[in-house]
Amino acid sequence: MDLAYSPEYEQYRMEVRQFLDTNKDQSPPPYGRGNGDGKARDWQKLLIENGYAARTIPKEYGGFGGEPDILKSHIIAEEFASAGVRPGHSGDNRLVPTVLELGTEDQKQWLVPPTVRGDMIWCQGYSEPGSGSDLASLSTRAIVDGDDFVINGQKIWTSGAQHADMIFCLVRTEPDAPKHQGISYLVFSMDTPGIEVRPLLTMTGEATFNEVFFTDVRVPKHQIIGNRGEGWFVANNTLKHEREGLGDPNQAENRFREIVDLMQRETMDSNRLIDNPTYRDRLLSLQGRMLAMKFNGMRVLTSQIKKEEPGLPRWIIKLQGCELNHQMAAMAIDSMGELGILYDDSPYLRDHGRWQQRYMMDLGLIIGGGTAQIQKNMIGERALGLPKEPKFEKPLN
Amino acid sequence: MDFALTEEQLMLQESIGGYLRSSCPLDAVRKATEAGTTHVPEIATELAQLGACGILIPEELGGVGMGFLEAALISEALGSVIAPVAFVASSVMAPIALLGAGSQDQKETWLPRVANGEVIIGVGISEHIGRRETDGIFADDNTLTGKAMFVLDGMDADTLLVADNDAQLYLVQASDVTRNKLKTIDRTRSVAEIIFDQSSAEILPGSVNNRKHLNDMVNAGRVMLAADTLGAAGTMLDLAIEYAKERRQFNRVIGSFQAVKHMCSEMAADLEPCRSLVWYAAHAIRAIPDEATLMACHAKAHLAETGRFVARKATEVHGGMGFTDLLGLHYWFKRIGFDRQLLGAPEVVREEAASAQGWI
Repeated sequence: MDLAYSPEYEQYRMEVRQFLDTNKDQSPPPYGRGNGDGKARDWQKLLIENGYAARTIPKEYGGFGGEPDILKSHIIAEEFASAGVRPGHSGDNRLVPTVLELGTEDQKQWLVPPTVRGDMIWCQGYSEPGSGSDLASLSTRAIVDGDDFVINGQKIWTSGAQHADMIFCLVRTEPDAPKHQGISYLVFSMDTPGIEVRPLLTMTGEATFNEVFFTDVRVPKHQIIGNRGEGWFVANNTLKHEREGLGDPNQAENRFREIVDLMQRETMDSNRLIDNPTYRDRLLSLQGRMLAMKFNGMRVLTSQIKKEEPGLPRWIIKLQGCELNHQMAAMAIDSMGELGILYDDSPYLRDHGRWQQRYMMDLGLIIGGGTAQIQKNMIGERALGLPKEPKFEKPLN
Repeated sequence: MDFALTEEQLMLQESIGGYLRSSCPLDAVRKATEAGTTHVPEIATELAQLGACGILIPEELGGVGMGFLEAALISEALGSVIAPVAFVASSVMAPIALLGAGSQDQKETWLPRVANGEVIIGVGISEHIGRRETDGIFADDNTLTGKAMFVLDGMDADTLLVADNDAQLYLVQASDVTRNKLKTIDRTRSVAEIIFDQSSAEILPGSVNNRKHLNDMVNAGRVMLAADTLGAAGTMLDLAIEYAKERRQFNRVIGSFQAVKHMCSEMAADLEPCRSLVWYAAHAIRAIPDEATLMACHAKAHLAETGRFVARKATEVHGGMGFTDLLGLHYWFKRIGFDRQLLGAPEVVREEAASAQGWI
């Protein structure tokens, strides 16, 4: 056990810090997506040139072309976060690794460079009204007609579809094959005729998701990643990348600090909430859980540096991390009491209503990206070796 | 950055764990506890030879001179087989006090004999964590008067290390006090009530007007109990998974039912991060002293909570059998219950964690 960084990495951290000191005036606002007025594009370009964005994406596809180095990526993320500067991106962390791994040379040239520049924004067309946890049962159909696939069907929970330039989408191309073997992975423009996007209001009052309808949408046959019928396996590649992003322990630690700050500021009967033993005990219980997850994250990071499979410590991150975030938001709201039910632009609203938003958004994240129950199935079956549910030959009613 | 066990630590874990798994199965624990034994000499002797008893004691004093993470790995291994053998007080808490506050003579007298398993030192400091049923211990002219409760490894001890009401530390010979066994739910370990009546005592000179050594003992003891719970809960989870893979009802193994599978996944998801917390807390004692108290408190409290959850759920996975003596799951259940209260229940140590961060 050695928690220090070697001199090489300490040096690297200094370089990142110095870069941020010198250049952070040029950065766009810390949150936001898309290239907007071009400031974000220039910033991304500068970050790629310096190896702080798209680090491991090959140069010929618009990246920096560095060797994978998890510790460097970790240092970059930490330094950008503590400087409050918008980090760079690697295009789309679901699509880009998938295309680089499984796409043809033409597809890589076509899709990766503009995505990495931030000029091509993506949405993910996986879930359907009838296919949520049982994603492989999806029924959006694509049939071949001449040189095109013709798509009919509907997707749902499509985050960011209203802003996206492109979609990567699972469609059923082989209806007679077993369900996992009849799916293909297509990529196409959101401007293609026959696509309709309808925003889906959520409990937060905002529309982060959409329904996307396809009516005779024609997509050239070469816009398939992998072979026909292999889409499920291509998509699993994507899901693997998505799952790791949810439940990030650094985020939990930052959020915990915010609650401590809140409880040191807020008063009830003129007493600070942190001086109330009942609330404080609950806060400390959360701190214990948060620390356990933080150190679990360090253990996973160490395994990744050593190119070892982290196993159980990684399988649990999404389940535990999302739940912890939700519990922390709940703690913040409870410590505000009646102030915690204020919303929108109400007077007396604290922290711009951030905790109320999170309390609801986090429930969405517990459900999305593989529900907590699906996570428990995966932990049980893949990490603990428990048997799957028996399959029935005919549907049960 | 390397948050993992070293080769040497893995070897230690394997040698101690391997020995205990083969020599201390449930039958052996049952046999010992039914005879009222909480310290099986053969196991103690073998552990001493493997370096466990002198894990923290420097080589020149007969030990192996390793650190708290190694000690935590041993504690975890002992918890996982619910070993009836003294460790936390005698091999961790007492050596810390002697090394930190003892005279050269005291160190040379006691530490080599602790390391080779010849003597056991019981530790009585619960009066400083949450005093119950006693007014504590008063010192007067090299004697102690009063009562120490819940003295860990107390009945098996040859010598006792106790704190007076000013947190000064003393060695007292077991023959100079009255000892009463306190029967607890956990029959694998010994706690005693110790009555001092002008009993002659030898102060540890470094502890005069200095609370530090008591605090160090408490921190280390808490991490060890957390590690013990980690081991015990880990075994309960393994047994539950094994049972869920074998037991059949409705023509299928019960582990294929989500109700049972999810209990197992929840236990694993809660318990696995605890391992990292225990490692960090043990590492921090020496390497990050500023965080030692905070992390020891969190390890103790969080493992107590997670341990309780696992103890209960793992029993439920076994259905009615889990509740029987025949299966013996209750030995682990009770060990986890014991670890929870000793050296501070979760509510108590969380409040200390608040102080350690300057919140109160």
